[in-house]
Amino acid sequence: MGLDTVTLKIRRGEGPGPSRWETFKVPRRPMMNVVSCLLEVQKNPVTADGKASTPVQWDCSCLEEVCGACTMVINGRVRQSCSALVKDLSPEGQTVVLEPMSKFPRVRDLVVDRQRMFDALRKTRAWVEIDGTHQLGPGPRVSQEDQEVMYPLSRCMTCGCCVEACPNYNDRSAFLGPQVISLARLYNMHPSGSMQASQRLDALMGVGGIADCGKAQNCAEVCPKAIPLTESIAVLGRETLKRALFGWLLKG
Amino acid sequence: MAAKTSVVTESGEVRRALVVGGGLGGLMTVLKLCEAGVPVDLFSLVPVKRSHSVCAQGGINASVNIKGEGDSPYTHFYETIKGGDFLANQPPAKGMAEAAPGIVYMLDRMGVPFNRTPEGNLDFRRFGGTLFHRTAFAGATTGQQLLYALDEQVRRWETQDVEDDRGVTLPGQKMVRKFEAWDLVALVLDEGGTCRGIVAQDLKNNSLQAFRGDAVCLATGGPGLVFGRSTNSMINTGSASAIAFQAGARYANGEFIQVHPTAIPGTDKLRLISESVRGEGGRIWVPKDKGDKREGARIPEAERYYFLEEKYPKYRNLVPRDIASRELFRAVKHEGYSAEGQEAVFLDVTHLNRDVVKKKLEGVLEIYEKFVGVDPYTNPMKIFPAVHYSMGGLWVDFEKGPDGALAPASARNQQTSIPGLFATGEADYQYHGANRLGANSLLSCIYGGMVTGPAMVAWRDGERRSALDLPSSLFEAETRRQQDAWDALGKRTGGEYTVNPYELHGRLGDMMLLKCTVERHDKDLDEVLATLQTMKAEFKRCALLDPAGSGTMNQPRVFLRHLAGMLTLAEVIALGARARQECRGAHYKPALDPELTTGAVGRDDKDWLKTTLATHSKDGPALSYEPVDISLLALARRDYGKVSTGKG
Repeated sequence: MGLDTVTLKIRRGEGPGPSRWETFKVPRRPMMNVVSCLLEVQKNPVTADGKASTPVQWDCSCLEEVCGACTMVINGRVRQSCSALVKDLSPEGQTVVLEPMSKFPRVRDLVVDRQRMFDALRKTRAWVEIDGTHQLGPGPRVSQEDQEVMYPLSRCMTCGCCVEACPNYNDRSAFLGPQVISLARLYNMHPSGSMQASQRLDALMGVGGIADCGKAQNCAEVCPKAIPLTESIAVLGRETLKRALFGWLLKG
Repeated sequence: MAAKTSVVTESGEVRRALVVGGGLGGLMTVLKLCEAGVPVDLFSLVPVKRSHSVCAQGGINASVNIKGEGDSPYTHFYETIKGGDFLANQPPAKGMAEAAPGIVYMLDRMGVPFNRTPEGNLDFRRFGGTLFHRTAFAGATTGQQLLYALDEQVRRWETQDVEDDRGVTLPGQKMVRKFEAWDLVALVLDEGGTCRGIVAQDLKNNSLQAFRGDAVCLATGGPGLVFGRSTNSMINTGSASAIAFQAGARYANGEFIQVHPTAIPGTDKLRLISESVRGEGGRIWVPKDKGDKREGARIPEAERYYFLEEKYPKYRNLVPRDIASRELFRAVKHEGYSAEGQEAVFLDVTHLNRDVVKKKLEGVLEIYEKFVGVDPYTNPMKIFPAVHYSMGGLWVDFEKGPDGALAPASARNQQTSIPGLFATGEADYQYHGANRLGANSLLSCIYGGMVTGPAMVAWRDGERRSALDLPSSLFEAETRRQQDAWDALGKRTGGEYTVNPYELHGRLGDMMLLKCTVERHDKDLDEVLATLQTMKAEFKRCALLDPAGSGTMNQPRVFLRHLAGMLTLAEVIALGARARQECRGAHYKPALDPELTTGAVGRDDKDWLKTTLATHSKDGPALSYEPVDISLLALARRDYGKVSTGKG
């Protein structure tokens, strides 16, 4: 068995239309990732059985797993295609199977529209309210200990791995997803962000909020940045419960 | 007719400014416009949260002097100018250095999780070209954290309603409208040559649409993809700059391309290993024995050659990037040193405390581990220089204020040579001269945005007519022209169309990387310029690889537009490099280096202390020059204490 090629089996299609599978063979090189394989297909878009085809379309940008663009389902697991190395996926020449994420509308081939995730950020007011960008002196002091909790939460790329793996996130549910719950925790921890904590908690107590989490814990398992998503859900679960029980006491 | 300064026209349309590009420069521009009450349409190839600013790792410079070392904005200004080999206009650089502490404080208030000192203050680390701890950082993903903070603030404005001049909110009209997965196709210029809007394309379905803007800003990043593989993101084709250049905008200092000394060699891209790794104590070395192919970790201390430390005892591993890249390149390509028998050198953090390093550098070391499959905490990394940043870009104006920095809210600031068109971020040429210091790019992007927003407001306020008061025929005509051009791309099938555009791009990148980066020779550059003519002819025979028609995403068809832009900018870069007969910053010709050739000119302030200006003509780019503003700091030798080691 020669290991001079990589075999890619790719689910292709346009919009909501039917899918078809196409197989490509590309030259195998050291340190190759899935993105390099797709770049090879662009240069020679001919299927494994010799039929002229078209370049496979997929999203990608940074190629170093910080932008989140190139997320897809690879051999059944959702992940970024830039950091998916051929030597790990296909150590003995196994076929590499590529599919678009299933929780978002497909645009074309492996490209999907993840707008719903960005809309969720708007709904949960995922930002720190500031008085303006003019000079108002230094920000509040933060302990090293708090920074070490906040920094990992802040690395969320809105890539979609967690919601792809979540059994409660689909086109029939309004669930906002684990990623926004974790970001709400981040902003609620920030000394000035905490001043709007109740607004974020209210958003997460509404439709599609934290109650829709079924505690499957798939999210933390697939997160490429190892963000402690289930821990965030637990923390905010307690905070929303506190607010549900005692919040009315605080309202003027 | 309603006064043109009113937010809404009589027919109820909102007068907006347009910002193309949603990285740090674009987002900061949007924030400043919104704060001034100007609604914005924001266009981006990708969701703005995925812009290339996300890739910056090490940090952002600001002379806050937290460590009590005596650092000051004035020193930062001086070191920026010296780091740029005195080619940067001095007033904008002064403004940037002075604004830097305020910018870092603003980011801190937005919630960027910067690393902290035990007292809870911002922590700062070392970077190249300075001896001070001047760089604030959030782990080793600072660009990502900064981008997210600005993205969040812009999202907040996305939820805010536009108010008319009486303070009444306009239903359904938001301060920011985002057009993500849209590509700039053309600028719309009026009969007087003023930019009045753009034509853009929705990449999800290919539809073309004109947008009117009372000021337009390009914050579209650099042209790294001209060099094929680089540290840049795949979206950094420079297409928008090329479109502006062909519409008449001047392009300045194109030949100044920064090559970063430390990146991971790769087949799809050259992944950056941040300068902060050396800022935190990482060391560069090669085995003394040129034939030594052992793993780095197995080579004893006595058999290692720390060439940067020996040659530059003061700055050691933190000389500016152009100098470090040349030394690495020379050691490997000319002196025959290697790492594990490969064309690389070692970057070593194995001697440092693992826990401390992890807190400060995890994001970048994780990239090495994931992509190379080797643990950098125990094995020295193998790295080599890679194209990283363009100091050159669209020419922009500035107005010097009474304090020597930029005049506040002058419409001249950041304005290109096309009236009404502004540029900011890596897309402009303004702040870095012949070489950019590490951790100055996040700063220049944000400072540029802070200047561009108010400049666009001033421009709009000074204009007699609003874009919405112009006849719609102006916009319709340009949209039709672009539709025709798009339709023509759709006919490139069969017969003479035999060239694969991705393959042509591969050849362009290989050539530019080999002949137009660290070391430049006139003979090579002549060849590059000749080959570019052939490639431009080949481009005309590039095939449409995907026949999918209207309504369907078609990346190969869009790529043709970007490839045309890359060929255009490649010529600007190569021509500027061929013409400049000196060594300055990142532009280096061995034939002119006095260290190699007695009597060679080196940096030539008499003849070449000037900004290169490229202008589009039908025969290709034409060069002219303008003086550099050196009104604040005296010229000096650019010295980082190199000693002769007698080695190599």
